[in-house]
Amino acid sequence: MDYFAQQLINGLVLGSIYGLIAIGYTMVYGIVGMINFAHGDIFMIGGFIALITFLILISLGLTAIPVILLVVLLVSMAITALYGWTIERIAYRPLRHSFRLAPMLSAIGMSFVLTNYSQVAQGARVKPIPPFITGGYTLHESPDGFVIQLSNIQIMVVITTIVLLVIFNWLVSRTRLGRDMRACEQDQTMAALLGVDVDRTISMTFVIGAALAAVAGLMYLLYYGLVDFFMGFVAGIKAFTAAVLGGIGSLPGAMLGGLAIGLIETFWSAYFSVEYKDVAAFSILIVVLIFMPTGLLGRPEVEKV
Amino acid sequence: MTAPSTNTAKPATGILALLKTAFINALVALVLFSLMVGIRTEAGSSGQLTYWTRFGELASLVAIVFGGSIVIELLRQWIGPTGAEKLVPPALQSGMSLIGRYLTPALLIFTLLVPVIFYDQRYILDLAILVLTYVMLGWGLNVVVGLAGLLDLGYVAFYAVGAYSYGLLATNFGWSFWICLPLAGILAAFWGVLLGFPVLRLRGDYLAIVTLAFGEIIRLVIINWQELTGGPNGVSGIPRPTFFGIPLDNSDEGFAARLGIEYSPTHRIVFLFYLILALALLTNWVTIRLRRLPIGRAWEALREDEVACRALGINTTTTKLTAFATGAMFGGFAGAFFATRQGFISPESFTFQESALVLAIVVLGGMGSQLGVALAALAMIGGFELFRGLETYRMLVFGMAMVLIMIWRPRGLIGHRAPTVFLTKAQAISSDLVKEGHG
Repeated sequence: MDYFAQQLINGLVLGSIYGLIAIGYTMVYGIVGMINFAHGDIFMIGGFIALITFLILISLGLTAIPVILLVVLLVSMAITALYGWTIERIAYRPLRHSFRLAPMLSAIGMSFVLTNYSQVAQGARVKPIPPFITGGYTLHESPDGFVIQLSNIQIMVVITTIVLLVIFNWLVSRTRLGRDMRACEQDQTMAALLGVDVDRTISMTFVIGAALAAVAGLMYLLYYGLVDFFMGFVAGIKAFTAAVLGGIGSLPGAMLGGLAIGLIETFWSAYFSVEYKDVAAFSILIVVLIFMPTGLLGRPEVEKV
Repeated sequence: MTAPSTNTAKPATGILALLKTAFINALVALVLFSLMVGIRTEAGSSGQLTYWTRFGELASLVAIVFGGSIVIELLRQWIGPTGAEKLVPPALQSGMSLIGRYLTPALLIFTLLVPVIFYDQRYILDLAILVLTYVMLGWGLNVVVGLAGLLDLGYVAFYAVGAYSYGLLATNFGWSFWICLPLAGILAAFWGVLLGFPVLRLRGDYLAIVTLAFGEIIRLVIINWQELTGGPNGVSGIPRPTFFGIPLDNSDEGFAARLGIEYSPTHRIVFLFYLILALALLTNWVTIRLRRLPIGRAWEALREDEVACRALGINTTTTKLTAFATGAMFGGFAGAFFATRQGFISPESFTFQESALVLAIVVLGGMGSQLGVALAALAMIGGFELFRGLETYRMLVFGMAMVLIMIWRPRGLIGHRAPTVFLTKAQAISSDLVKEGHG
């Protein structure tokens, strides 16, 4: 039981990170109708930028951890968001009215570009950082010595995710931009006729998705203490699985799907085999698509002729 | 990365506007590259991260973006608005069709003569075998992507199934290549059906992701199922192919000894060359024949419009399934050939990059055009060879090329295959004919 509780905590933390990435997939799919294959690599870039900002701040002599964290968060969100914007501009916008496989293939190309760009720019080796946020709480100690621990970093990941989700939800449901996004999701031509700047709205979608992925990258860096140039691929597929599981196009669904994938992966590793945890995640993707193509919270897709 | 200006909608006129665009692009590039290129991190010997600055590289990259966006902008103004269909003069058109008619036989004859011309150049022969392997893979995937219009991102899974089928059957049971080759194809097709049956109902991009996941699952299972596959160490000591039972080696029973000629290791290379050429041509021949059968017509119809297909009573699931299985079978053949050529296989040969490479060949070749795919394979593998010394830049350039080709010519660089049969003009049907009950 204690083991179960500990895995539950770990799974929820991992799921929060997946959920943040999944939101980027689901938003873009909802509006543009394409799988942004490069989104996992945006997450990786976010992690790298966070790492480099950390290094600079520390070498500048800053010691106040909250200040460092805040600066790193803002810098990595800003720069990664610019990456998202640029990629949309270069690789996706010219293809918006092209044949249906073109944006997907362009996205795959972009994913290769980003992966190998960071390999060339930062080297192929894993980049570790020392733990910044240490300490934690012991929730429960069983007689046989097993301890359920809740570390400060885990608390931070979950709280940051919740805060971001609240802000994001407000953005989508209460602001002009959110209304434009919802309008574009329903009907781009009609939205354009009614004075919505579709190009700008789509750009902003990519910017917001990339910023959330940057936060996920920072969380990953703090939680696991390392980044490498190849981490975007697998994390990207898993986050996409999460988006599909939650129902692609649905924002709460993406978060729910992220948590589900995080839990499934953690429990699979804990009770079955660590080697096959990715196989489990990918199999879930296939199973979900076969039996529940609309996901948990998605709307059934109407085929238009 | 090219300048973000590539798609500004309104053409900048005047030198000032030009400079302004270039300046903004350079500014964006400066922010993008500032940390990723300007700072280089590396883990030191004690695990401690160190960093050093590279402002020189950063400045030159920004300068390249600045200059590049000016050049692109000028080029765009010089070429004029894109999107308009350029008319090809009739004389050039007939010349092109003449070339087109003789290009295929000429290429085929040249390919047949390659081992004769380059008999002493082992490097070129090896490269030619590699190119032909990708031509075969491209033609195999062409059935799925080019003809049936199903985006398959996990084609390498079937290549892996074929390679491991032959590798394991040959090393464990000592079966010969000629028995294993059809078996490898059948097994790959079987896996294709197994995957295809449940997932082929899915829409295009969902299907793409599922096939990608399937490719990864196969690779991960190969890595982790160590008792069967040897895990990351792979399978080694896979027997070389025999000339229908006669080994191509230096023994008394060997091919050279029986013919009474002097033994040379090149014999095997030449044999491998003709083997893969035959396999590739088989793929091509079967595809061309299939295209004329009702099933091939159904594939093309499916590619053009799935809803219309269903309305006409074509069973889309079985149609997709046959395309998937046919493509998988050729992938399996190519895999078995790969195993016997290398003598050693490991999961590293079957990554997602390989799938993307084959897919890029098909897309570059124009999705459905057989000649286009062959030329694209030649260009791709040749291009990869040029970057042999710059291993890390290879995939970077490959990715950029993929994006640029999609923007520039999304329907493929070399050719494009229109459906074999289609209505040239819409037929007006009198309302008398479509009255209720008269159909």
